[in-house]
Amino acid sequence: MISFRIDRRSGTAVYAQLVLQVRQAVRTGRLGAGDRLPTAREVAERHGVNPNTVLRAYRDLEAAGLVEPRQGSGTYVRAALPSPPADVPGLRKDLAAWVGRARAAGLDDPDMHALLAEAAAEAADHAQDRKGAVNDAR
Amino acid sequence: MPDDIALAVEGVGHHFGAATVLKDCTLGVPAGAVAALVGRNGAGKSTLLRAAAGVLRPYRGTVRVFGRPAGPDVLRRIGFVAQHAPLFRTLTVAETLRLGARLNPRWDAAHARRLADAAALPDRARVGALSTGQRTRLALALALGKRPDLLILDEPLAGLDPVARAEVTGALMGEVAERGVTVLLSAHVVADVESVCDHVVVLAGGRAVLSAPVEAALDAHRLAVGPARDAAALAGHDVVELRRDGAEFTALVRAAGPPPGGTAVAWHRPTLEELLLAHLRADRPQPAPEVSAA
Repeated sequence: MISFRIDRRSGTAVYAQLVLQVRQAVRTGRLGAGDRLPTAREVAERHGVNPNTVLRAYRDLEAAGLVEPRQGSGTYVRAALPSPPADVPGLRKDLAAWVGRARAAGLDDPDMHALLAEAAAEAADHAQDRKGAVNDAR
Repeated sequence: MPDDIALAVEGVGHHFGAATVLKDCTLGVPAGAVAALVGRNGAGKSTLLRAAAGVLRPYRGTVRVFGRPAGPDVLRRIGFVAQHAPLFRTLTVAETLRLGARLNPRWDAAHARRLADAAALPDRARVGALSTGQRTRLALALALGKRPDLLILDEPLAGLDPVARAEVTGALMGEVAERGVTVLLSAHVVADVESVCDHVVVLAGGRAVLSAPVEAALDAHRLAVGPARDAAALAGHDVVELRRDGAEFTALVRAAGPPPGGTAVAWHRPTLEELLLAHLRADRPQPAPEVSAA
């Protein structure tokens, strides 16, 4: 069974850490189809996290088609990750071009990482705001 | 629907002698929540928890637990562990649990025993000889043996070493998972509650200045960071706290719609720690702000 690691100083929400670790375990084959995830209670007790956080992570994984709850027996891995629909090679090519420009502008690797993290956080914030605006409109 | 709200505090005021501790304090804790009560030393956390537990009657306002006035009526639905887990030091572990059985009509001996065993508490050890961590586990077993619907804990993690801290939080979260008990716990170390609570109450100046689900509270605030000359971007925003750091400012504001563009100010969704610290730091006589918001 997968054993989670919770990093309280990472700045990443606990629920996002759980989702990421299940995804990675499935991707690397550490978790296979039919494997059971620990129950919310087991994770809560072992790591001292709110069980609702665990349930929220499992719901997200279920919505992504990665796991399925089975009545009264737990949450199980459904199958290997559906192959990403995104155009990964294309994104990679764009990024390589961007890295070239950033280097030419005098940025080093940590600078680029910082910039990427900042842009990702900003995009997430805007997505949140849009969601908020939609909710307000309702 | 009184059962949806585990705890409803309305307009509560209390003072000890000339010292006002709570002043028109209003908040609600929904059933099933794990709520953290955060405040600086002397903010009135213990007074509020004691009022909720029905062991202190505030001079003003009302406290309702599952829709009924706090006090003898709802006492059996409440598990309360006061600060420093006070127990009878000369009793043994076994005697303490027997006392719990005697005092509580809804006592679940098997459950209390399981919790005591999980904590590896020696039956014949005297309470006075237990470590702080063990005493907390025993107090928790005693409170949970009542099978309470609302568990009130005053600084349950204070004074515990890291191992005991992890064990106590684990035991507590296991109980939440199993029974969905509503928890209200006070803390002054934000990191202690970060992964545990889903609801947060900030007590400052005798009032609950914030009482909301964690995610909603984070959504409702923005941390603005930018050069001090752009502080005018804060105009019209409800600023919780504004700090100047050299040529830069950092401000926590209550979010009202999408942030304005056109300046070098970055607007971030705050972390829980940033949110709580800003509200707590605002709880003191404020000097005139260094950066005018106008």
